[in-house]
Amino acid sequence: MILLELFTAFLKIGAFGFGGGYAMLPLIEREIVTNNQWISYREFIDIIGISQMTPGPVAINSATFVGYKVAGIWGSVVATLGVVSFSFILVTIASHYIIKFKESRFSKSVLLGMKPALTGLVIAAFISLAKKSYLDVKSVIIGLIITAMLFSKRLHPILVIVAAGLLGIIFYSF
Amino acid sequence: MNKLFAMFLSFLKIGAFTFGGGYAMVPLMQAEVVDNRKWITEDEFLDILVISQTFPGAIAVNTSIFIGYKISGVRGAVLALFGTILPSFFIILLIVSFFMQFRDNHYVSLVFKGIGAAVPAMILAAVISLTKSMKKNYLNLTIILLSVASISLLNVHPVIVILVSGLYGYFFLGRKVE
Repeated sequence: MILLELFTAFLKIGAFGFGGGYAMLPLIEREIVTNNQWISYREFIDIIGISQMTPGPVAINSATFVGYKVAGIWGSVVATLGVVSFSFILVTIASHYIIKFKESRFSKSVLLGMKPALTGLVIAAFISLAKKSYLDVKSVIIGLIITAMLFSKRLHPILVIVAAGLLGIIFYSF
Repeated sequence: MNKLFAMFLSFLKIGAFTFGGGYAMVPLMQAEVVDNRKWITEDEFLDILVISQTFPGAIAVNTSIFIGYKISGVRGAVLALFGTILPSFFIILLIVSFFMQFRDNHYVSLVFKGIGAAVPAMILAAVISLTKSMKKNYLNLTIILLSVASISLLNVHPVIVILVSGLYGYFFLGRKVE
């Protein structure tokens, strides 16, 4: 049954997709394009493009998109639930224990090592994204204005995103 | 306002305005749950962010579930999860059923060029939040630089970097927390 197949495929993606976001793309591609052939490679590229333009995690975007293509509204519901189910169960159980053992020597020492590493991860994400995003002077200027807005902390980040969209129209119209 | 409902609304906002995935959501999530609502402290937020990396699945989703659970148990986790995923769910449904062609609209593409240029800045803000909470010493600096180098230059998978650093912390930093 197609709904069940959709659910299991996206459950797998949710359960084995480590690293979040774009790190999950190869796994999504293998499940939905190569193994199940639910959509073509071109449509898969389309999903990535749409994900970049729409808010929300790319895993959710692709689940909703593919589910709809394969089996309509119910397909998108089932696929989206599939991709988050494993996270939900695992993270809920884990947070129960983590909150309980937060003060333990084990979790404190592990976090002490992981925090600077996460900072490194985020810097690496910044580098790889900045290389793709800042290809012309205009985008660099927009980036600098947005950085200043974020660091002043006077504007809510939602307003900063809206401002970025307006800056796009202003700078690229001419 | 009911706390659970307020929490759901906060996560709807986070889901609706997080462009560029995972790390770009950090400034918005921090503004909502730490600065405005004070549901959790900045330290707790950053701990959750770190732990979320070690779990499979979307980082924004994992972080939301963690925070939701921390604020209000299983009900909080469910509401945070749905708050985060519903906006993308409905937006994608709208796009696939009605506006497949919206991408070719001139102004829409300009707006997204602007947002595209803003996403790295959002991620940079996440870096600043993270470093603020850390002791400024050579050890931390070394771990940061090694992580950046292994991911950016050697293409090591980020999860491996996080796990190795966790093991390092367990075996070598234990005396620092006593």
